[in-house]
Amino acid sequence: MARLVTFIIMLIFWVLLSGMFDAFHLTLGVVSCLLVSLASHDFMFYGRPGKAWGKNMLGLFLYLPWLFYQIFLASIEIAYIVLHPRMLEIMDPRLVRFRTSLKTNLSRFTFAQSITLTPGTITVNMADNEFTVYALTKKAADSLPGEMEARVASALEGEK
Amino acid sequence: MSLVSSILLILGVFFFGIGTIGILRFPDFYSRLHAAGKCDVLATTLALVAVAFFNIHDFSWASLTSWDNVRVSLKILTIIAFVYVASPTATHAITKAAFIVGIEPWEKKKRDL
Amino acid sequence: MMAYVVLGSAVALVIFTFLCLFRVVGGPTVLDRIVGVNVVGAKTTVLLVLIGHIFDNVSMFVDIAIAYAMLNFILSIGVTKFFLRRKIARSDGD
Repeated sequence: MARLVTFIIMLIFWVLLSGMFDAFHLTLGVVSCLLVSLASHDFMFYGRPGKAWGKNMLGLFLYLPWLFYQIFLASIEIAYIVLHPRMLEIMDPRLVRFRTSLKTNLSRFTFAQSITLTPGTITVNMADNEFTVYALTKKAADSLPGEMEARVASALEGEK
Repeated sequence: MSLVSSILLILGVFFFGIGTIGILRFPDFYSRLHAAGKCDVLATTLALVAVAFFNIHDFSWASLTSWDNVRVSLKILTIIAFVYVASPTATHAITKAAFIVGIEPWEKKKRDL
Repeated sequence: MMAYVVLGSAVALVIFTFLCLFRVVGGPTVLDRIVGVNVVGAKTTVLLVLIGHIFDNVSMFVDIAIAYAMLNFILSIGVTKFFLRRKIARSDGD
């Protein structure tokens, strides 16, 4: 099952990259996709692909527009700080530690990436369930973990 | 259509400029990563979406149905998806290395103006 | 109109790349330089696509841009791994 899904995804990628439909190129693509998916299908699905996989992907796609909106806000805020003439007075960096309640690896990964991409915070270290986050301003530090963790949880751990 | 692409492209270049100025102006290592990581993702997305968009709407209907143009636009979207995954990962790796090596964050109270 | 916008954007990106090189050359630590190189790589990815648009040959330059984005990612991961736990990253050796 995992091999099949990996093979289909890689074949789509091959066709996208090569764009030729004659027999020679297609055969080459099928053979190489088969080899790669036989050798390394467990990189793509860590463990067994359960039934939750499709649901997770759907949740991820619904989560992406909100993430893009947050990235836009983040860049506006960075632009404000960068272009401020007395920059050192409005920034107040600090390290914040907190614990998360997210369970699976995928949701933790998504959460760490989202923290890095959203206003004023980057993930410094992630050990087990303790995140160390470097915040650029006090306002950004206070907003953690907050709304984002709830959104990630509802997108990726909905059935729990 | 070319107006929309132009606006997107100019916005993207503007955010690249913000990232560059941020890298040059910020006082310490961690805040430089802020400017680098975030602005680059947004700017890359905006600029590449502009080109992909213009590529499809080049010759109205004829280009929408030709496989080559659509394929090129899909490739550009692939770059965007890759940047979304890769850029925060690289930022995180660099930050973690800095944290382990022990670079001190700049803090306000240490510096009496 | 679009041609002028693309040309101007490409020139602006080149100027920003040179500004980033100041950070690469004069960064206090090695990791600062890695950040600079990373940003230069991100700019180059976009610049390649824009060059393809200028030369009216996007389909070729997009492949190069994909390869460049992947190389940039692997470069930052690899160099970071290399300098992890090394004293040289802190003091820059001088």
